[in-house]
Amino acid sequence: MVNKAPLLEIKNLRVHYKVYGGVLKVLDGVNLTVYPGEKVGLVGETGCGKTTTMKTALAILPVPPGVVVGGEILYKGRNLLAMSPRQLSNVRGREMTMIFQDPMAALNPVFNVEQQFTPVLKHAAKNHLSNKEIHAQAVLALQDVALADPERLLQAYPIQLSGGMRQRVCIGMALATRPQLLIADEPGTALDVTIQAQVLRLLNNLVDRLNTSIILITHSLGVVYETVDRLYVMYAGNIVEVAPTRKLFSNPLHPYSQGLMDAVPKLSGGGISQGISGRIPDYSHPPAGCRFHTRCSHVMEICRHQKPPEFEVEEGHKVACYLYGPKNQEAAV
Amino acid sequence: MSVIFLAKRLVHSVFVLLGLSIVIFLIARIVPGDPVRLAVGARAPQWVVDNMREHMHLNEPLHIQYGYWLRDALQGDFGISLVTRRGVAKDIREFLPATFELALYSLFISVTGALSFGIISARYKDRWADNVIRIFSYLGVVTPSFVFAIIFLLIFAFVLDWLPAIGRLSNGLTLPPRVTGMVTIDALLIGDFNVFWDAFKHIIMPALSLAMGSMAQEARITRASMADNLTKDYIASARALGVSESLVMRRFLLKPSLIPTVSILGLDFAAGMGNAFLVELIFNWPGLSRYGMNAMLSKDLNAISAVILTFGVVFVVVNICVDIVVGQLDPRIRLSTAKGD
Amino acid sequence: MSISSQSDLVSAEISPHEFSQLWRASRRESLGRAWYKFSRNPLSLIGAGTVLFVIILAVFAPYIAPYPEHVKPFTDFANASNPPSSSHWFGTDEIGRDILSRIIFGYRFSLTMGLVVLSIVVPVGVFLGLVAGYFQHTWFDTIIMRITDIFLAVPPLILALSVASILERNLLNSMLAVCLTWWPWYTRLVYGITTGLRNEFFVTSAEITGASKFHILFREILPNCISPVFTKMSLDMGWVIIIGASLSFVGLGVQPPNPDLGTMVAAGRRYLPDEWWMSVFPALAIVLVVLGFNLFGDGLRDLFAAENS
Repeated sequence: MVNKAPLLEIKNLRVHYKVYGGVLKVLDGVNLTVYPGEKVGLVGETGCGKTTTMKTALAILPVPPGVVVGGEILYKGRNLLAMSPRQLSNVRGREMTMIFQDPMAALNPVFNVEQQFTPVLKHAAKNHLSNKEIHAQAVLALQDVALADPERLLQAYPIQLSGGMRQRVCIGMALATRPQLLIADEPGTALDVTIQAQVLRLLNNLVDRLNTSIILITHSLGVVYETVDRLYVMYAGNIVEVAPTRKLFSNPLHPYSQGLMDAVPKLSGGGISQGISGRIPDYSHPPAGCRFHTRCSHVMEICRHQKPPEFEVEEGHKVACYLYGPKNQEAAV
Repeated sequence: MSVIFLAKRLVHSVFVLLGLSIVIFLIARIVPGDPVRLAVGARAPQWVVDNMREHMHLNEPLHIQYGYWLRDALQGDFGISLVTRRGVAKDIREFLPATFELALYSLFISVTGALSFGIISARYKDRWADNVIRIFSYLGVVTPSFVFAIIFLLIFAFVLDWLPAIGRLSNGLTLPPRVTGMVTIDALLIGDFNVFWDAFKHIIMPALSLAMGSMAQEARITRASMADNLTKDYIASARALGVSESLVMRRFLLKPSLIPTVSILGLDFAAGMGNAFLVELIFNWPGLSRYGMNAMLSKDLNAISAVILTFGVVFVVVNICVDIVVGQLDPRIRLSTAKGD
Repeated sequence: MSISSQSDLVSAEISPHEFSQLWRASRRESLGRAWYKFSRNPLSLIGAGTVLFVIILAVFAPYIAPYPEHVKPFTDFANASNPPSSSHWFGTDEIGRDILSRIIFGYRFSLTMGLVVLSIVVPVGVFLGLVAGYFQHTWFDTIIMRITDIFLAVPPLILALSVASILERNLLNSMLAVCLTWWPWYTRLVYGITTGLRNEFFVTSAEITGASKFHILFREILPNCISPVFTKMSLDMGWVIIIGASLSFVGLGVQPPNPDLGTMVAAGRRYLPDEWWMSVFPALAIVLVVLGFNLFGDGLRDLFAAENS
């Protein structure tokens, strides 16, 4: 895996939102890498910038209010942020695509399923297919996601489908084009728990079968533990820690990751955890230095002034915290 | 659109119109002064008045009077107009097409204008084109149509002398044989382009005066709903799936954004029908509204009742049409009404 | 933000008195925010300024108008039909009256029209909407809403014109005519809100504790209608002024020589295009006041939206 060239590489991405009366400095230098065939998880509180990062990666961030202030996003070595709309449209759908959190909102309410499938498939096929072949592909895509009676389903409008069916349609549409990278933004969060589990299992099986790389955005740690190879932890517009999943669960280093892991209720007793006090900072005036220092119980003087760089503690395990800087290595442990 | 829904809607409309007829009847009966005196004039002898009272069933109780009135109205008999001295029903048949023609042109102008300006505005949101359109549409909404009529008259007829000031056709031209009653269309039917062009020039200003308000209102609504829908997940999703930007705009954004615009067409049409009373008067347009206006100015009760009822029927029909179009655009409405409430 | 402050309230043991104090404080805070937002929007301020300006003109007309005597029966044929000049900014009419002075006094009729109509229509419409909405699916509801439908089945201007036409022609009757066409809009607005609220928790809990119907209607539900009704009132001031001007434009409202804006436009129309100022300035005066109330109303809508969020 290490020898392979990365599929997607996000380097020092900084995104601001210009809003009435100020600037929200949302992404503050995000670094994230995905290798071919890899499954990557991205966890963090609501509002920490996970969705913004991924929307920027697909260039579907609404501009304005969003502005990319710095950094680059390399897909197979080519910078997506510098691409023309035409080049971008060659990447979107065919190479890389995204499924959204809320299947109620992600399907257009005034078109039926087939009307929404057709342009996607046509684009992926570069308009080489006849209408009959497109229709057949759409049927296949719905069978992929284990939906019965695809012919009838294609004529249905979103309002006629249940939440779980809509989520499956979304997944089917995203994978129908056989992209190399799928970004899944909290799939199933809007559904009830049993259906969510079914949908995730289906998604997992499908990406395994198609050998698709996936970035799974979630705040459910249980979900990532079972599915992803590597895990990124994000806080207030920064990646604070990255490690292979098992390692991160067994040995979380960043105080924020530790709080996050603590917050998972465990069957083996221990009662309800304290969680992390406080909340995500105000992005118009984020704290100087490490953005987590206002909530951190290990805060040091330097954290208040200087943003911590990434320290590689072990191979593949990086953490952005001064506790693991060269000087503090011994003190922390 | 389901048949049941339409049927329910029709039944409801019939009751509304019946109710309206009661209101009109009552208004016409509470008028200060003796309706008979109004009808026959102040100098008519007493026996004429008495005969007339008997003839108009005015000696009967009110609900019986209404019964007679409704029976006649349903047969298309609204009595004699005091102004034209002819049957009101005949007058309505004569004057309605001119108003209908005006409404068609005005509707065409307002809808095409509103969609173009609204889409440009949303497309170039917060740029100069958008700002100019927004300022003008705000002014368009707050300016009464009779003010537009006077400003257009001043500019296009008097200062620039591009368009004829009043009427429907210039002197010296003869009306084409009446088929639809709409002069521009009748002229085209017999292939008389001279008359068509003249009639067309006459209709521009009144149609534009009527269209301005609803054009401005609908442009604002189109812009707002497009801007709102642009932030929806389904647009981001379509883009993420690789659908081209032009297709996203033309199909996936436009159709849902049209729903609010079409939904308020009914209300805008109502406002337009009211404003037509003033605009037809200003441009001396020989339509039903000017007829109604003149009836009101001379307290011609039979004509007033018939005109209001006619516009009530038109409004009801327009609203049903709007509902059907909205249902066609929006499966959420179509499918939920199909199941019945 | 709202979630955390709510949980603060729930977790701490507080008395109802403290709770209501906290609630008022948070309400004050959100009103402050809303006012901040309103005052930061230049268009809303322009609207408020225009409305204030017109009100001052109307109230102090005798002191502001350069020729207040031109409002009463007056002729000065030596100065008839003068174009705008330094002594008559907006020119004079066909019998020598100063247009500007008559416009300033004309605002008195416009504002009276708007205020009187709304102060009759709003209580009636709101009351009927509340009753029909709260007693939904009873005969109250049926009767009130069917009558509302009937009045909404005719375009308002047509109904107002026809009612005004059969009555004597003066300001009072034209106000009456507009009132007759305007109440259903408030009934429908409040009906929509009330039917949405009647099964809400705070209403059912008031019912369970035995609150009177009067209390529920006016103390529990009515406060929720205030913001939309006020917004609509501000916008409607403009529309009612337009309808009033339309009535007098065709001669069914305020009668000459009284200086109503619509009457002046109609009178000046006969002297187009050479004496254009006679109709154009009163017409622009109508646009100005309607624009003011609209900008103000839109500002209010944003303000209430900010307060609710």
